[in-house]
Amino acid sequence: MNLTSRSERLTGRIFLIALVVVTLLPFLSMLSAALQPRGTVPTGLAWPTDPQWGNFADAFTAANMGALLRSSLLIVVGVVPIGVVIATMAGFGLGHLRVPGGRIAFGLLLLGLTLPFEAVVTPLYYQMRDLGLLNTRWAIILPLIGLYMPFSVFWMRAHFATVPKELSEAARVDGSNTWQLFWRVQVPLARPAIASLTILLFLWTWNQFLLAIVLVDDATKRTMAGALGAFQGQWGTDLVLLCAGSLLILTPTLIVFLIFQRQFIKALIQGSLKG
Amino acid sequence: MTAAVGGTAGAPAGGAHQQSPVRPHRRRWGRTAGWLGWLWVLPALLMYAIFVLRPLLLTMQYSLYRWNGIGQAEWVGLTNYLTVFTDSDLLKIIGNAFVLIIFFSFVPVALGLLVASLVRRMSGGAFGTVVRTVLFLPQVIPLVAAGIAWSWLLSTDGLVNQVLRAVGLGGVTRAWLGEFDTALPSVGVIGTWVMLGLCTILLVTGMSKIDPALYEAARIDGAGPVREFFAVTLPSLRQEVGVCLTVTIIAALASFDIVYISTSGGPGIQTTVPGLEIYRLAFSQRQVGLASALAVVLMVLVLACVLPIQRLTREDKA
Repeated sequence: MNLTSRSERLTGRIFLIALVVVTLLPFLSMLSAALQPRGTVPTGLAWPTDPQWGNFADAFTAANMGALLRSSLLIVVGVVPIGVVIATMAGFGLGHLRVPGGRIAFGLLLLGLTLPFEAVVTPLYYQMRDLGLLNTRWAIILPLIGLYMPFSVFWMRAHFATVPKELSEAARVDGSNTWQLFWRVQVPLARPAIASLTILLFLWTWNQFLLAIVLVDDATKRTMAGALGAFQGQWGTDLVLLCAGSLLILTPTLIVFLIFQRQFIKALIQGSLKG
Repeated sequence: MTAAVGGTAGAPAGGAHQQSPVRPHRRRWGRTAGWLGWLWVLPALLMYAIFVLRPLLLTMQYSLYRWNGIGQAEWVGLTNYLTVFTDSDLLKIIGNAFVLIIFFSFVPVALGLLVASLVRRMSGGAFGTVVRTVLFLPQVIPLVAAGIAWSWLLSTDGLVNQVLRAVGLGGVTRAWLGEFDTALPSVGVIGTWVMLGLCTILLVTGMSKIDPALYEAARIDGAGPVREFFAVTLPSLRQEVGVCLTVTIIAALASFDIVYISTSGGPGIQTTVPGLEIYRLAFSQRQVGLASALAVVLMVLVLACVLPIQRLTREDKA
């Protein structure tokens, strides 16, 4: 049964299309600026008569894109697998094994759920300096794993709390120890939750800006977002190149997003609802 | 914090089917196994303790000292907090964050509600997929990129002014991010753009779960679209609205990336927000103590704003 009237549907459609256009305009405007001849002052949204696609090649070299991509990947590879594994283990311990005193540990973790990163960035700087890690990728990787723990453990615990106990009991009867139970029974079952967490941690790490600019001076050792900040500092006056470079730097996330968009949207929605 | 929504329904494994209906409650694995379970929690807890709890405590400690980050730190008690609450610049900076809440939170939630109630039950099909994908784009790209894109859009030669000139409003064109009156709202608009898609899609998802019978009943009672919205839609969306407000208010109060890129806090301190000021105080001004006091205040403000919302929007779901 459909009670939504035709005119209501039409209004809805028009609203949505308007929203889509507004969402896309900044990207289109950047693209039109990026295609103008170098050295000119571009205006608003105007398709150039002779689009300079070569600007993207220039920006690729100027931004040192190869090194940036490698750096961001290294940071993601450092943060995401470790973060996901230890969060899954902790979620299993708190949600399924229900360790004695687990509530206290969980409460402590919940404290961090709304924590603005600005609240810890200054001591982290001195901590990393004392560890001799300033200006290395570890200075971003290690704190991010810790900072993502509240959400990650919360997320995995919520999953493990819903898994029926009988499953584990059956495995116990078959003679598996906790280690085998975890890897052979629980992890395969937790795959959807783990996949969502992986996507979220990837996205947040890739886009992390504050820690990158505070803890690492060398842009080629930063995350993509941090590198983009440095790129703006360097080419801020060359609008054509800045727009071309920005588009290049955000392309990898866009590609990954478009491939996995269903999972991304699902993960982000669930992530917000749970968090 | 509810875990009502779970994407975690795995395929049922063999063992699950054999459960008997009269099973006693949860069984523990015995005392030793219980304590051994801590080994599973420990790695996560350690990383959290070293890289979050310890720095957090240090921030609180630093906030009681005057320290330039290098030399001897001098104990000053609550002086730094006194400065945060009496310095007119710092108060304005905190106020700026609250102005941003209007743009980051209230506008996206209000617009999102409007859009979502108009598109209720019509987000399926290819059109729906395209819309959802596009609306999510701002959530997926780095905020820094959003800042750069909008700086260009709002610049003197940017699209916004171009459109204004085209419709005969050439008189109001300006460098939106550069002028005292318009800089902060302009930064806010960037936040609106970033948050609107997420709010809209969360609200649409929430609406799709509302029982159509409720709308039917409302229509039979002669409710128009407006009455319907306030009687059926809004009450059913309590949790989703709470989530939107929580996420966006934290983003507004802790904002850094967009401001750093689009205005660096200027003109003057017109768009400076606490996050940016903490960064500036700690790393350019070398006033680590004051920066830390501001950081503690920011943290408390976030909690003071978010906890009541959690309470109000979640109590019936507990």
